[in-house]
Amino acid sequence: MTAEAAPMTTAERTPLVEMRNINVAFGGVHAVRDVTIDLYEGEVIGLVGGNGAGKSTLMRVLSGAHPADSGEIRISGETRTISNPRDARELAIETIYQTLALADNVDAPANMFLGRELTTRWGTLDESAMEDATRKVMGRLNPNFTRFTQPVKSLSGGQRQAVAIARAVYFNAKILIMDEPTAALGPMETAQVRNLIRQLKTEGIGIFLISHDIHDVFDLSDRISVMYHGRVVDTVNKGSITPDDVLGMIILGKKPGDVTQEEVAQLELRG
Amino acid sequence: MANVADAAPGQVGARSRPSIRSMLAATEIDLRLFGMLLALALILFIFNVASGGTLFQPTNMVTLSVQASGIAIIATGMVLVIVSRNIDLSVGSLVGIIAMVYALLMTNWLPNILGLGADVPFRWAIALAIGIAIGAGFGALQGFIIAYVGVPSFIVTLGGLLSIRGLVWYLSNGAAVSGLDPDFQLLGGGAQGSLGGTATWIVAAVGCVAIVGLLMYNRGRRRRYGFPLRPLWAEVLLGVVGCVAVLGVAAFANANLWPRGLADRFAAAHNIPVPPGGYQIATGFPYPIMLVIGVTLVMAWLATRRRFGRYVYAYGGNPDAADLAGINTRWTILKTYVLMGVLCAIAAAIAAARLNGSTLDVGQSYELYVIAAAVVGGTSFAGGVGTIPGAVIGAFVMQSLAYGLSFIGVDSPGQNVVAGVVLILAVGFDAWNRRRTS
Repeated sequence: MTAEAAPMTTAERTPLVEMRNINVAFGGVHAVRDVTIDLYEGEVIGLVGGNGAGKSTLMRVLSGAHPADSGEIRISGETRTISNPRDARELAIETIYQTLALADNVDAPANMFLGRELTTRWGTLDESAMEDATRKVMGRLNPNFTRFTQPVKSLSGGQRQAVAIARAVYFNAKILIMDEPTAALGPMETAQVRNLIRQLKTEGIGIFLISHDIHDVFDLSDRISVMYHGRVVDTVNKGSITPDDVLGMIILGKKPGDVTQEEVAQLELRG
Repeated sequence: MANVADAAPGQVGARSRPSIRSMLAATEIDLRLFGMLLALALILFIFNVASGGTLFQPTNMVTLSVQASGIAIIATGMVLVIVSRNIDLSVGSLVGIIAMVYALLMTNWLPNILGLGADVPFRWAIALAIGIAIGAGFGALQGFIIAYVGVPSFIVTLGGLLSIRGLVWYLSNGAAVSGLDPDFQLLGGGAQGSLGGTATWIVAAVGCVAIVGLLMYNRGRRRRYGFPLRPLWAEVLLGVVGCVAVLGVAAFANANLWPRGLADRFAAAHNIPVPPGGYQIATGFPYPIMLVIGVTLVMAWLATRRRFGRYVYAYGGNPDAADLAGINTRWTILKTYVLMGVLCAIAAAIAAARLNGSTLDVGQSYELYVIAAAVVGGTSFAGGVGTIPGAVIGAFVMQSLAYGLSFIGVDSPGQNVVAGVVLILAVGFDAWNRRRTS
């Protein structure tokens, strides 16, 4: 449905996120080169590319984990500076990291509220209020979840992922960055996360979805951005491209039209 | 453990004949802590038997506790340092320099520089405040170099261990300094440096009220939110056991009496007729033990009820997660070292008070005993794991071994051999136990 609708709406509305001419270098390695990308409300952008293509680094810029060397970020049309994770959180940008940024040794409520604890009027941690909020959010996301007072290291991959997603949901994320959200999960749990992404999308949340799984990307995204050696090769509507074209872009770093016969032959040899 | 708790209600067998394990689980008490307390009791019991029943005399137990107090106080801070994946080797030297500062303040600096003669009241408090400020200052300096400059804590505090110990020599030109204010000496315990019988009972009563109040408050909160509750019998059991333990310890401390001569002199000075068996005054809790109790409560509160503690544990569990959660991790680390400095100042006050002065080697090797206490008490060098009460129990375990061994005639080198072996055994057992349960 989005194939026809997306171009029209993108022309009319202000994007939720606009990243303009972003550059990031680590020492001599230019990890992100002059990348421009935008994201609209209720839209899922699939961000794909090989290892080291710069997807995660680009998203770390948006989440405040690694500030850009140059470039501009606009949130709902206004230029913003995001120099640390707190800045990003104030702009309702939440991130679910590939490495599941959870503290293994503390429980689910502690992780959900990490850095934003609820406190009593005496300034002490309000454990009951945090547990209550966690129970409510988890009741929506994963009703089978019962281990609210045990360290999260005793949880399964799916449960841990649910904690990470609950964090984003509870704090009313408007912009959600998901870095390989299903990489560590089994088939059932993957299906749950997919449903959740669709649900969040209908609530108007804009989502950047980094994934190696082309099926995930085609299933969930509205548009797909392909990165190659730090650059965006192209951003295309899902309906106007085939998975094979996307794979070609990931491997060769060129738009389908620019690929020579020779390169296609090489690709087929590899395949 | 968790599985037992989850499975027990559903199993008919477990309900009709509940195992001790499932009953313990229902009380939700920390099994590791419980085990450590059992181990401590076992150690004391064995030495009591080996010494023909004399170790359990109140006077011996009070002495043992006072000897463990300095290590126990610093160990509560070492838990937070090790939990956040650091180490502090400088605590012994910090205790040394602050103890020397106390001695010099009272004998020289307060009267000669600040014009506060021996007749000025609260000199002990002024000295303590200055000592705490110095401790916090050294802690902040080391913490800054570790957290903001990025030099490994092992190196920074090893440097601290060497250089601060050197400064002690320069402070006193290598001399021992003695002659503290009588008020200050009370911090070291002894007959007069104790609460006395009545105050000890009052403290115990307050403790009982606090235990019952806390249990009821927590249950009320959990009920208000509709969370699962502990069975009522478990709550009552915890309350009763807690109160009996507190009152029992108080009664035991009150069975410790002032030495005969001192009590008789006190009676004579206050025109009290001395009864035939001698005048009896209960010592009750010594002040150093009150300091241990106070520090333990405050540190446990910081560790479990404040954001600071939450961040220390989260950082220890996953430093990246803490950073990405927007926590100011550097500031958190710096604060753990400031806390260590403050705790060293308190321990130094006890050490100086007991010596009635200070020498060049006060606090020597404290870092090793403190780390041993924390580790025996369940703190893991992998980070993220450890409790404040555990470290205090660990300090008492190590001191009980040393005291018990000396009681049955084992010399100091022999005590060190045993302490080292026990340290390795304790951590080895812990590692084995974790592998088995996970």
